[in-house]
Amino acid sequence: MEKILVGLKRVVDYNVRVRVKNDGSGIETDGVKMSINPFDEIALEEALRIKERGEASEVIVISVGPSEAQQQLRTGLAMGADRAILVESATPVDPLSVARIFKTIIDRDGIDLVLLGKQAIDNDNSQTAQMLAAIWGRPQATFASQIDMQGDKARVTREVDVGLEVIEIDLPAVISVDLRLNEPRYVKLPDIMKAKKKPLDQVALDEFDIESAPAIKELTFEPPAERERGVMVNDVAGLVAALKDKGLA
Amino acid sequence: MSKVLVVAEHDGSVLNPSVAKVVACAASIDSAEIEVVVLASNVGAIAQEAAQLEHVSRVLTIERPENDYAIAAVLAPQIVAMCSDYTHVFGPSSTYGKDVMPQVAALLGVNQVSDIMAVIDSHTFKRPVYAGSGLATVETPADSIVIGTVRIASYSSVAEGNSASIESVDVAVELPTHTRFIELKSGASDRPDLQTSAKVVAGGRALGSEDNFELIYKLADKLGAAVGASRAAVDAGYVPNEVQVGQTGKIIAPDLYIAIGISGAIQHLTGIKDAGTIVAINKDEEAPIFEVADIGLVADLFNAVPELTEALD
Ligand SMILES: Cc1cc2nc3c(=O)[nH]c(=O)nc-3n(C[C@H](O)[C@H](O)[C@H](O)COP(=O)(O)OP(=O)(O)OC[C@H]3O[C@@H](n4cnc5c(N)ncnc54)[C@H](O)[C@@H]3O)c2cc1C
Repeated sequence: MEKILVGLKRVVDYNVRVRVKNDGSGIETDGVKMSINPFDEIALEEALRIKERGEASEVIVISVGPSEAQQQLRTGLAMGADRAILVESATPVDPLSVARIFKTIIDRDGIDLVLLGKQAIDNDNSQTAQMLAAIWGRPQATFASQIDMQGDKARVTREVDVGLEVIEIDLPAVISVDLRLNEPRYVKLPDIMKAKKKPLDQVALDEFDIESAPAIKELTFEPPAERERGVMVNDVAGLVAALKDKGLA
Repeated sequence: MSKVLVVAEHDGSVLNPSVAKVVACAASIDSAEIEVVVLASNVGAIAQEAAQLEHVSRVLTIERPENDYAIAAVLAPQIVAMCSDYTHVFGPSSTYGKDVMPQVAALLGVNQVSDIMAVIDSHTFKRPVYAGSGLATVETPADSIVIGTVRIASYSSVAEGNSASIESVDVAVELPTHTRFIELKSGASDRPDLQTSAKVVAGGRALGSEDNFELIYKLADKLGAAVGASRAAVDAGYVPNEVQVGQTGKIIAPDLYIAIGISGAIQHLTGIKDAGTIVAINKDEEAPIFEVADIGLVADLFNAVPELTEALD
């Protein structure tokens, strides 16, 4: 296998306690820490491990997002990716359009495996990988917790609601990764220096000749109903009494 | 008028309980006509079950050997081939629905509404974002088909007792063979199902080992409860992945949820937002789980849990 493409989305860091803006127009993102979507970082780690085992020769990271997504791509390069592509758009891009952009890159660069996160922790959509597999007409293995490359095939263990499912897919293919697949490496300072010299291609979104997908409009945002802090009991007897009180024991 | 097609999740022989909830969501669209499609290698019993669901006017079946196991690339083109008469196609937001529905949407050239938690009107929905830290009201284009997955914890099952007609449909599409099912490793147990049980006892990292999780099982048995866990407990190998509760695990809405040795990270809490009563046992009085717990006990679980199990007779 030659080339692996990995998607890296720039999202609010998972440690940030996000808040809905007071006017309901969106989520407060001003001045908050931004990071690589944690699932995407796991996808990249897996791609790097596959390459380090000699089962692939190039790892390409791609992000569709604002100009600042360069930071996440540089982090990806510092982790070990060979080159990066930023498809720049100041406004958010819908999942189907992202899938169509990835498909254009696949056709242009000849990609054998696409590794994506199973969802992005901002919109929690969980769509892009599946959409890409559908329009590409290639296999998908979603929610992967183990990937074994076997020449022109891969055996993938998937985390599904009833347990672990094992499937076999022909390459090229799309795999979306789950949290237990691996633990991403830490970036070391010399790698950050080296990454500065690696190629990062910047392309404007409108240079892509993709059919535009009808977007789903986000009208308003509201905070979720807060749960109230309840009562504290002093001991197990108090707990049992409180449960009995509610008819729960 | 809306005409909704519900894609029926099943395990090859039994209809999944999620279907009755997806139908409930579809029924909350004004004057919607609802039909269910069953894709299986042996549709018989599954279709019978679907036909009993209230609000369903017709059950369509596509019986093909290729449908023996749910493979998105096999199911999606069949659904696409028969859905042109519908205004909406809905599936559950389970791993089954998440796998196949975005493929259906992409083949139809539309985006998908994921995790519908409320219907405002036929093209306007509420859905959670940022692990439930925000609820977005979204609107799909008026002139195109709506593809959606339904957050099943947001709906109660529709009643049974209906007897909708069952009809088989032929779809002449070629199906790929590039994806092959090998095996399912399931920790299937006799315990109540995590997603549908009225009571759930969940353990976290604090349990410290697979053996110590026995404390959780004993309490669960006493209460007739299902067992759940935090991601940390699953990652550490104390329990299998299918019992994880949260953003990347299961979203559940039991009447009673007892969180034991779980700190209450936002990604965990998003899985229990709709629980009736949340009980927390944690030795750290500052643990964030207490901010959402209806009943809190600051205690060492290794003392409190056996004592609680004992006391519940
Ligand atoms: C993208 C992403 C997705 C995630 N998805 C999920 C998800 O779906 N579900 C999920 O659960 N997590 C998820 N997480 C992880 C989450 O952030 C937390 O790390 C995890 O929930 C912590 O699990 P825990 O509460 O068991 O462990 P900890 O946070 O370590 O908490 C252990 C708790 O046990 C208490 N304790 C220790 N000893 C005792 C004792 N003897 N008696 C009583 N109490 C004791 C401690 O006070 C502490 O509060 C996700 C994280 C990320 C980044």
